[in-house]
Amino acid sequence: MSHLTDQKITELEKKANDIRISIIEMLVEAGSGHTAGPLGMADIFTLFYFHILRHDPKNPSLEERDRFVLSNGHICPVLYSTMAHAGYFPVEELKTLRKFGTRLQGHPHREYLPYVENSSGPLGSGLSQALGMALADKIDQKDKSRFVYCFMSDGEMDEGNTWEAIMLAGKHKLHNLIAVVDRNNIQIEGFTEDVMPLEPFHSKWKSFNWHVIEVSGHDFRSLNEVVEEAQAVYEKPTVIIAHTIPGKGVKEFERNYKWHGKAPNKEEGEMALKELRNNRF
Amino acid sequence: MLNPKLKLNPKIFNDDVEQVPIRKGFGQGLLLAGEANENVVGLCADLTESTQMHLFADKFPNRFIQVGVAEQNLVTVASGMAAMGKIPFCSSYAMFSPGRNWEQIRTTIAYNDRKVIIVGSHSGISVGPDGGTHQALEDIALMRVMPNMDVLSPCDSIEAKKITIELAKTSKPAYLRLVREKTPIITTEETPVQIGKGEIYWMPDIGFAQVGIIATGGLVYNALLAAKELEQEGIKTKVMNLSSIKPIDSEAIIALAKECKAIVTVEEHQIAGGMGSAVAEILAQNFPVPIEFIGVHDKFGQSGTPKELVEHYGMGKNSIKEAVKKVSLRKI
Repeated sequence: MSHLTDQKITELEKKANDIRISIIEMLVEAGSGHTAGPLGMADIFTLFYFHILRHDPKNPSLEERDRFVLSNGHICPVLYSTMAHAGYFPVEELKTLRKFGTRLQGHPHREYLPYVENSSGPLGSGLSQALGMALADKIDQKDKSRFVYCFMSDGEMDEGNTWEAIMLAGKHKLHNLIAVVDRNNIQIEGFTEDVMPLEPFHSKWKSFNWHVIEVSGHDFRSLNEVVEEAQAVYEKPTVIIAHTIPGKGVKEFERNYKWHGKAPNKEEGEMALKELRNNRF
Repeated sequence: MLNPKLKLNPKIFNDDVEQVPIRKGFGQGLLLAGEANENVVGLCADLTESTQMHLFADKFPNRFIQVGVAEQNLVTVASGMAAMGKIPFCSSYAMFSPGRNWEQIRTTIAYNDRKVIIVGSHSGISVGPDGGTHQALEDIALMRVMPNMDVLSPCDSIEAKKITIELAKTSKPAYLRLVREKTPIITTEETPVQIGKGEIYWMPDIGFAQVGIIATGGLVYNALLAAKELEQEGIKTKVMNLSSIKPIDSEAIIALAKECKAIVTVEEHQIAGGMGSAVAEILAQNFPVPIEFIGVHDKFGQSGTPKELVEHYGMGKNSIKEAVKKVSLRKI
C-alpha cells in the first residue's frame, strides 16, 4: 500500500465507475437483489481490491494474503463485481447472479465461490469471524505481517452479536483487525436514526476501546490515508466509519432507502447505465 | 451379560462403582488433544470450570479465549479461528450453546463449513437444582437436524475423553453433548470407540434378545440396570450404546431390529426429534418394528436432585423395564 498519485486516483475512479456499471447490469439481469449498498460501497471496494489488500486474484489461496470478511453479505453485487474486475473470475459470469446453479449466490457462499473468506447473509456475525481470524494470527505471531478487514453495514449493528465482538476485540487490543462500517444511514424500513438510532455512533465504538476514524466514503485520497492510519495504530483495533451516500453514482437512487433491497427494472437500469456511461475521467 | 469383546468395566454393577461426571472426560480429553496438536484452541463463555475447560485453559493460556457471557460471539469467533487452521472447541451449557446461538452455528460453522466442535455441557434433566431453564432437553433435535453437523453423546467419562480426542482429528463440525452429574463408569480404556458405530453393551447369556434397547448418554447406565434385572425375570434384551447419533449406525440398528422385532430407545431429551426419532426414521424406512420411547414427554424440567428428576420424568430403570414389557406385547 502506498501513496496515491493523481493518476492512480483517476484510474480508481474509472474502475469504480466500471464496477458500478456491472452492478446495475447484473441486478437488472437477476431481477432481484440490493442496489443502494453496493453502489454506495463501490469506491471503497475499488480502493481495497485495487490498492490496499495484499492478495492475488490469480492465486486466491495465497497464504500471506490479508483476510477480507464481508459481514453484510447482501451487498454482494459490489463484492462480486469488484472481484470479477480484479480478475478472480470472468466479468461475464456476473450475469448469473442469483440464478439456479450459479457460483454467485444471492448471499455469498464459500462452497460455491471459494474465493470468499466467509459465507454470509444473516447479519451480525462477520466481525466475530474477522476477530477470530485476527486472534488466530496473534497466537501464531502473524499479526504483524497482515491485516484482517471486516466490512459491515451500519444497520447490522442493531444485532447484539456485533457488540459482543466489539467488546472482545477491545479486550484483546487487536491492532491487526480493521473494521469498515458503511455509514449510509439506511436500512430496510427507513433511515437508521428512525428505525433504531445508532448515534452517538463514534463514541459508542470509542467507549469499547476502539480507535475510531470518520471519513468520506467516496474520497479515495482520504480513504487511503485513514487506512494507513488504521494500519499504524498499535494499541487498539480500528474502525473506519465511512460516510457513504446510498445509491451513489445514480442520482435517481441516491439517499433513497427504498433502493436498499430492490433491483432496478429494465427501464430504471437503462437510465442508470446511461448516466454512468456518460461519466468522463 | 456384558459384551465380553468390549472390555467393559467389570465393576459396573457394584454398589461402589466409580462415578465420574461425563464432562470431566471432555476436560481431560481436550487437554490431551491440546498437547497432541498445537492448533487446538479453546473458547468458553464464562463457564470454564463447569464445562471442565479450565484444565486446557490453565495449561495453554495463550490458546484459550474467554468471551464472557456471549454465546453468539463464542461460536462465530471460533468459526473465524477455524478459518485460519485452528481446531476450536467452544464450551458452554447446552441450553445456551447451541440453544441461544443455533443460527450462528448453522451459518458460520455448518453452512460455512468451518470445523468447530461445539461442546454443550449440562444437558438433560440431571442438571438438577438449577431448574428448567438450564436443562437442555431439545439440543439433540436442534443439532441432528442441521446439515454438516455430527452429534456425539458419550455414555461415560472415559468415552467422552476418547471422543473428544477423536473429534480433534476429524474434518467435520460436531456437537458434543455432556452431562453435569456424576454417572457410573461403564467402559474402560480398552473399550473401542468409533464415531459412526453403535456397539452392543449387553446381550443375553444364551439365545436371542426379545427386545433391543438403544440408549445414549448418561442414561445408558439405567438401560444396563434394567437389562440386568429383566434378564433375571426371564426377559432377554440387548442394549446398544448409541453415542454417535450422527453419523448414525443404521446397519447396527436395523440388525438389532431384525433380531428383536421390538425396540426401546432411551435418552435424557424430549421424545420429539431426539435420538429415538432418529432410530424411528431409520426403522420406518427399512424395517418397521414397534418402538417405545423413553425420554421427556413434551415438558420442561424443574428443580430437584438428578435422581428424583430422572425418575419423575419417566427415565428411570423401572420406566425402562416397563417400556420393554409394553413393547413386547406390541410385537406383531
